[in-house]
Amino acid sequence: MAAPVRRARRSRARRRWATIALFLAPALALYALLVIAPILQAIYYSGFRWNGLGDLDTFVGLDNFKRAFSDDVFIGAIEHNGIFIALSLALQLPFALGVALLLNAQLKGRALLRILYFAPFVLSEVVTGVVFTLLLQPGGFADAVSPVDREWLADPGIVIYTLFVAISWKYFGFHMILYLAGLQQIPRELQEAALIDGARPHEVFRYVTLPLLGPTIRISVFLSIIGALQLFDLIWVMTGGGPVHASNTMAIYMVDWGFKRFQFGYASAVAVILLAISLLFALTYQRLVLRRDIEGALTTMGR
Amino acid sequence: MFKCALGVVAAAAALAVSGCGGGDDDAGSSASKSSGDEPVAFEWWHIQNNEPMKSIWQEAADQYMADHPNVKINITVLENEAFKSKLTTTMQGGKTPDMFQSWGGGTLKEQVDAGLVKDVSELTSGWIDELNPAAVGLYQVDGKQYGVPFNLGMVGIWYRKSLFEKAGIDAPPETWSEFLEDVQKLKDAGITPLAVGAKDKWPGMFWWANLSLRIAGKDAMAQAGEDGSFDSPGFVKAGEELKKLVDMKPFQDGFLAAPWDGAGGEAAEIGNGRAAMDLMGQWAPATFAANTKDGEKVLEDLGWFPFPMVEGGAGQPGEQFGGGDGFAFGADAPPEAVDFARFLVSSEIAEKGGASGAILPVIKGSEASVTDPNMKAVLDERAQSDFVQLFLDQAYAPAVGQAINDAVQGLFAGKSSPQDVAQQIADAAKAG
Repeated sequence: MAAPVRRARRSRARRRWATIALFLAPALALYALLVIAPILQAIYYSGFRWNGLGDLDTFVGLDNFKRAFSDDVFIGAIEHNGIFIALSLALQLPFALGVALLLNAQLKGRALLRILYFAPFVLSEVVTGVVFTLLLQPGGFADAVSPVDREWLADPGIVIYTLFVAISWKYFGFHMILYLAGLQQIPRELQEAALIDGARPHEVFRYVTLPLLGPTIRISVFLSIIGALQLFDLIWVMTGGGPVHASNTMAIYMVDWGFKRFQFGYASAVAVILLAISLLFALTYQRLVLRRDIEGALTTMGR
Repeated sequence: MFKCALGVVAAAAALAVSGCGGGDDDAGSSASKSSGDEPVAFEWWHIQNNEPMKSIWQEAADQYMADHPNVKINITVLENEAFKSKLTTTMQGGKTPDMFQSWGGGTLKEQVDAGLVKDVSELTSGWIDELNPAAVGLYQVDGKQYGVPFNLGMVGIWYRKSLFEKAGIDAPPETWSEFLEDVQKLKDAGITPLAVGAKDKWPGMFWWANLSLRIAGKDAMAQAGEDGSFDSPGFVKAGEELKKLVDMKPFQDGFLAAPWDGAGGEAAEIGNGRAAMDLMGQWAPATFAANTKDGEKVLEDLGWFPFPMVEGGAGQPGEQFGGGDGFAFGADAPPEAVDFARFLVSSEIAEKGGASGAILPVIKGSEASVTDPNMKAVLDERAQSDFVQLFLDQAYAPAVGQAINDAVQGLFAGKSSPQDVAQQIADAAKAG
């Protein structure tokens, strides 16, 4: 009696695994082909000096990596990515949160404002880049409205901040929408109860709204940092990383060496570094910061 | 969701540099080495994707196939950038089209070294002398002929005659010191003397390249290409002269962020008469006209003079900076492909291109077909030139060309000294 039951159970388990494998296989195959394989290929190329033509015959070991970290331009590019991350966290996200709080309040025409603020995110990066280039050219709109006369894109000292304004204009709407969604999940009763208990509005924000918004903020910070690490399109269109590398990022540096200088081995090494930094950050952040959010329930008060 | 997004981005990054794919191209599939009346088919990739050249060449190919019934030409017409990336990916797969667009120089040399292109010295020996020697020279590697030119242009200084008149300049300058005086005269008259699109880097590089050709000389430039000696005194001196010019602040506002073409660009400055002079190739007038409302007016107001001679420099008159277009041939290309190239550069076809203003044909005697006064000005000078220094990003390895672009941009921005520039380029060239 026991044996047939066990056999039936085992065969049912086997069938379940077969079904899972059947459904997973196409996705796994695609993932391996389109994600894993190119990454492995880039890692392989990064060990060679290779101009894209002919055979891979000049193996240089880790030289490409040493070269990258001894190149001031690449170090500068990493610093610029760091500046974009710092500015995004310090200015762009708080601004987005402020706007979200405003638009969460009872405000006339807030639906229209929400659409208006979100609109830039829908534009393509290239269109945004072209529009801002036009606004910022000498004698253009920016010069007409600005009290100070500066060369917004041509001055290596300020170009990175000019770009940050353009990038923020494009992306704050996205974070605003995230925050709005988060805000709307917070039960009004909690805030009302705090007010009745005598909390002042800023205390309600600090001790009720902000903690409950925690999961949303953590995701928003995560996306913002990953985005800043991978910055490419908008800068490529507006400055190409210049003048004199003043707005270079890691991704621009990589494309420059790959497709303008045709040193695919070295560019692959840069790609691997960029991947390592992104991956390291993503895994650490998920493990340390996002763990509770990923595990589920938002009812843990978020802190 | 974010995990997936990260994966996709990483994959894109990896894909971007690995350049895999492009395996479906039909390049290099021709029957090899056939002669006589056996059927022959070959692949021809060219980048004349605009009229009138597109039709002129299509008709030429039809005519050739009618005259040679055994030959079948498979034509692929590509836009410039699309051509470059498609050729790169195809060559990474070890294949080459039988006949394709080539600019000669360092890129051609790399293809030769990789064994991807055909030595056509013998196949062209009977008739290559009929072409402009400066143009033919661009397709030679180690004394062997690897390509056939069909177009050769030069870089010189375009200027607005009306603005020269306004500043009281009677004749174009012939020497560098006269040129600097004229720059000052234009400044004194309240006119921006020069436009440059330093965002694109290469328009700035043109200044350094021309000064190097005039001061260090063509032999030093060839030598530097071999051993990376870009830090020799001639190049430092060229940088110093360029710094002298940059220090006069002769360029339009915001030139570091200006591109060559498009809104706020170098071409629009000249097209709209906001700047007087522009160092650019023979393609410039069309771009000036396209960047302003009244294109005709610009074309009539334009003048051209070759880059001025520098006193005490090693450069000689008759040496110019420029480049052109031609064809190279895949390693397995049939001889018919070379014969077809000969037909394309012959007077019959080349003069159609010359008359249309699209190219400056290189077969001797075809110069008369060019009637546009701006193009004629360039051609008259070319007729007296026996040497053309190829555009540096094509003459040298791509990494060296880009290093020159970057280093010179530093000079334009006032961030690098002439010594720094020479050193940076030499370092990049020696690193290979």
